[in-house]
Amino acid sequence: MEDLSLHILDIAENSINAGANRIVIRIEEDPGRDIYSLSVEDNGRGMDGEVLTMAEDPFFTSWEGRRNGKRFGLGIPLLKQTALECGGEFRLDSEPGRGTTLFASFRHSHVDRKPLGDLGATMLSMMCGHPEIRYVLFYDAIGSGATGGGFHYGFDSGALVEELGDTPVNLPEILLMVKDSINDAISQGRQQAKITAKSHNRF
Amino acid sequence: MNKGGNPKGGTKKEAFMRRLTIDDLKKIKEQYEATFTLRHGSYRARVTIHMGTCGIAAGAREVMSALVEALAEAGVKDVVVTASGCAGLCSKEPMATVELAGQAPVKYCQLDAQKIKRIFSEHIQGGSIVQEYALVMGSETSY
Repeated sequence: MEDLSLHILDIAENSINAGANRIVIRIEEDPGRDIYSLSVEDNGRGMDGEVLTMAEDPFFTSWEGRRNGKRFGLGIPLLKQTALECGGEFRLDSEPGRGTTLFASFRHSHVDRKPLGDLGATMLSMMCGHPEIRYVLFYDAIGSGATGGGFHYGFDSGALVEELGDTPVNLPEILLMVKDSINDAISQGRQQAKITAKSHNRF
Repeated sequence: MNKGGNPKGGTKKEAFMRRLTIDDLKKIKEQYEATFTLRHGSYRARVTIHMGTCGIAAGAREVMSALVEALAEAGVKDVVVTASGCAGLCSKEPMATVELAGQAPVKYCQLDAQKIKRIFSEHIQGGSIVQEYALVMGSETSY
């Protein structure tokens, strides 16, 4: 994966396969404490302890091949590897019937930390592919330095669906507006709050 | 929304949608409702973008964004775009399946933004398969 928003898209796909109808994505950026973190929380069917430990194993799959053998889910192991390589943490919490929460953090200044990338396109792809699901996104950035500051951004596809009534939320022009809104809000917010990485990391 | 208007409502929703204004949504809604009767709720084509881990890593998100852009530019409303998982041909990703109503599905492979736009104009709009990018025609039962 080239950027973190691609990981988010990939992880959300697991939530959808687990029968979730609500996915909450939280992204937090705190250059002062050198932390960049993301979590994806769903209300899908969840996993029990045994499956949960195996989910982090690249040689495990919950998918039984219908024809010959199995296919392997590499999404979770890939994100875990990225997090650990960047001096961060990785956690997967789940309870059968209650849903699953995935948490991954990275050292903000780590040279290998991937940029966030096109988060708007991630939301576009999720809403286009599975418009029946409610997506909630929170982006919190904590400003560094004496001036403090920072910014908070929220997006809720449920509010959009409510506003649209009978009009489907996956119309191309709506999806493009969502994409631009999210990317603009985050880049403007970061600029205004002067969120910059400490070290050589340009992102 | 102007500064003076609507003291009680609106603030929460505005916070949720910055550039996405309620006015814009209303316009889209009215437009949609005005053309709804013409469409009888049926779709002319269905495009499935394969979005497993392999597809996403290979660029499926850009393919989907480009297709949505092409649909919006052409003002096409009777093409449905969906996502599916890994089809088992990870090395051929990003892949997309194009299915025109009443015709056999065509799988395209190793796509990018330009290729899907060409497929949109030639296959979905024009009705002729882009053979250079096509992998296979017909359905399979493995996914």
